[in-house]
Amino acid sequence: MSQAERTALAAPRTPGRALWTLGLLRSELTVMFRRWRTLALLGVLAAVPVLIGIAVRIETGDGSRGGPGDGGGPAFLSQVTNNGLFLVFAALSATLPVFLPMAVGVIAGDSVAGEASGGTLRYLLVAPAGRTRLLLTKYASVLVFCLAATLVVAASALAVGALLFPVGEVTTISGTRIGFGEGMLRALCVAVAVAASLIGFAALGLFVSTLTNSGIAAMAATVGVLITAQILDTMPQLDAIHPYLFPHYWLSFTDLLREPVYWDELVRNLGLQALYAAVFGSAAWARLTTKDIGV
Amino acid sequence: MTDTAAATTGPETEPGPGAVIETRGLTKRYRGGQTAVDGLDLTVPSGSVFGFLGPNGSGKTTTIRMLMGLIAPTTGTAHVLGSPMPAAARTVLPQVGTLIEGPAPYGFLTGRDNLARFDSADPTSDPRTRRARVAGALDRVGLSAAAGKKAKAYSLGMKQRLGLAAALLQPRRLLVLDEPTNGLDPQGMREIRALVRELAAEGTTVFLSSHLLDEIEQVCTHAAVMARGRLLVQGPVAALAAGARGRLTVTTPDPAAAAGVLTAHGATGLVTEGDRVSADAPPGEVELADLNAALVRGGVRVRAFGVERASLEDAFVALTGEGFDVAG
Ligand SMILES: Nc1ncnc2c1ncn2[C@@H]1O[C@H](COP(=O)(O)OP(=O)(O)OP(=O)(O)O)[C@@H](O)[C@H]1O
Ligand SMILES: [Mg+2]
Repeated sequence: MSQAERTALAAPRTPGRALWTLGLLRSELTVMFRRWRTLALLGVLAAVPVLIGIAVRIETGDGSRGGPGDGGGPAFLSQVTNNGLFLVFAALSATLPVFLPMAVGVIAGDSVAGEASGGTLRYLLVAPAGRTRLLLTKYASVLVFCLAATLVVAASALAVGALLFPVGEVTTISGTRIGFGEGMLRALCVAVAVAASLIGFAALGLFVSTLTNSGIAAMAATVGVLITAQILDTMPQLDAIHPYLFPHYWLSFTDLLREPVYWDELVRNLGLQALYAAVFGSAAWARLTTKDIGV
Repeated sequence: MTDTAAATTGPETEPGPGAVIETRGLTKRYRGGQTAVDGLDLTVPSGSVFGFLGPNGSGKTTTIRMLMGLIAPTTGTAHVLGSPMPAAARTVLPQVGTLIEGPAPYGFLTGRDNLARFDSADPTSDPRTRRARVAGALDRVGLSAAAGKKAKAYSLGMKQRLGLAAALLQPRRLLVLDEPTNGLDPQGMREIRALVRELAAEGTTVFLSSHLLDEIEQVCTHAAVMARGRLLVQGPVAALAAGARGRLTVTTPDPAAAAGVLTAHGATGLVTEGDRVSADAPPGEVELADLNAALVRGGVRVRAFGVERASLEDAFVALTGEGFDVAG
C-alpha cells in the first residue's frame, strides 16, 4: 500500500454540505472553461466587436464624424465614431439577437445530453453527484457562461473602441450628458442586463438537454427553438403572444442609457426570464430525476 | 449430516443482515416490452467475491444499473448495504465503487483530472486529500506514468484501468464491477485478480460480472448464473461446480474388461474411446481407491486412473445451454 492510500484511509470523511456543492460547481466551471469548444465560442464572440469597430472605422474614413442617424445596422452604431464606449452598446445590440443566445444554446443544450452521450453521466450519478445537485450545478455553470460571454463581448468592444475611437463623456438617449466614469458603470449594467436576458433561454436549453442522450441533437433543438421564437416575435399577426416570448424584451437594456433610467421594460424582461427559468427549470428537474440512465 | 446441510444451504441463500446486496422480485421491463430482468432474488453475502454470470443480453448490466439507482425497477425491491435503492442512493453510493458497462472518461481531460472530477462529484469526499487519493488510485491500477496524458489518447485497457481507479478513489465497502477485465492484457488481468483478492482480504465485498469463467473460478467465492433475465442458480462456487458432475477416467490396454468392472460397480454414462474408458464420477460415498483395487483385482492393467473435476464452465454450459445465439 502506498503512502497516498494510507493517507486516504486515515482521513476522516467530513461532511460539509456547502462545500460539497461548491466542489462540483468548481469542477464544472474548470471543465467548461478548459474545453476548446467554450474557448472557441468566446473567441468568436470577442471577434464580433473587432469586426464592427474596424468596419465603422473604414466606413467613416480617418476618424471623420459620421452624421447621427445615418445608415441602418445595430443601434448606437452612428455614435461609435464620436465615443468608443458606444461600441460596447453597439456590439451587445448586434450579438444579443443571434450570437450570444446561440453560444448559450450550445452550452446549455450540451450540458446534460453531452454527459449522457459520453457515458460520463452514469459515473457522475454513481459518484454520487445527486440528480438535483447535478442539475443545479449545470444550470449555475450555464448562467456563469451567459455572464462570461456577455462580458467578453463588452470587454472586447471596450478595448477596440478605446483603441480606434476617442472616448469621453457620454450623451444618453435622453440627450443629457454623463461623465465617462458614469458611462462605464452604465456599460457594466448593460452587460449584466444582457446576461440576465439569457436566463430564461438557458433554462429552456437545459430542459431540452434532459430530453435526449445526444448532445448534438439537444444543441440543434435549442438553437431551433431560439430561431423560431425570434421569427414569431417579428410576426405582427401574433401580437397577442409576443409578451410571452423570451426574446421579446431583450432590447430593453437600451433603457439603461436613458436619464433617468426607464425601468418598466427592464423589470418586465426580468419577470419573463424568471418565469421561463421556473417553468423550464422545474420541467428539467422533473425529467432528470425520473429518467432512466440507460447509456 | 447436519454439517453438510449447513454447508449447502449456508448464509448465502438465507436473507439477513449479512447480505450486502439483496433483491426481491426485481424486474425491469424496458419500454418496447422487453423484459430484461425477471423476478430476480439475488443475495450477495458480506465479504464474498461474487461472480455474476450469464450469456450476452441476459440482464447483468440491467441488474447492476438498478442496484446503482440509474434505472428504476418496474417492480420489486433492491437493498444495497442494507438500505433501499434508489431511495438511499446518497448515503449508500459513496461506499460503493462502480464500473458499469465499460469506462467513460472525459476525452479532453487527463487521467488525473478525470479522477479529480469524479471525486469532486462525491459530496462526502474530502477535497484536501483528493490529490493524494487520486495519485493512490492511479498507482493501484498501474496508470501513474500515463496520469498526465489526455484520456482520449488512452488505449481501451488504459481506459478500463482508469475506470477501476475511479472505483478505488475511496475505501469502499462494496465494489460493483461490470466486466472489469474487458480489454486488459494478460498482465492486467492478473493484476486485477490480485487486486480483487487484496480488496476482499481487506473486507470489501466484490460483485463482478464476467464472461471469463476460469477467472470467476479463480477469484470468486460465490457465483450466480443468469439467463434470459432469470436467475438460474446462486451459491458458493465450489457447490456450483460440484453440481455438474465430474468424469472418472481409466486409461488401460484392456478397455472392455475395465468397462465391465465399472458397470458391475454401478458406474453410469460409460464411454470407451481407444484405451480410455470414462464414466460419470460415482457419488461421494464411493471410495475411489476401492474402485481402483476392484479394477486391478479384475485383471485390468491400469495405466492411469482419476476423476476430472467439473469446471465452472461445464456447470455454466449445463445451465445455460450450448446454443451460441443471443436470446431475443
Ligand atoms: N436501454 C435499453 N432499452 C431497451 N432494451 C434494453 C436496453 N438495455 C438493454 N436492453 C435489453 O435488455 C436485455 C439485457 O441487457 P443487458 O445489457 O442487461 O445484458 P448483459 O447481461 O449485460 O449482456 P452483456 O453480457 O452483453 O453485457 C437485452 O435483451 C437488451 O437488448
Ligand atoms: Mg453487460
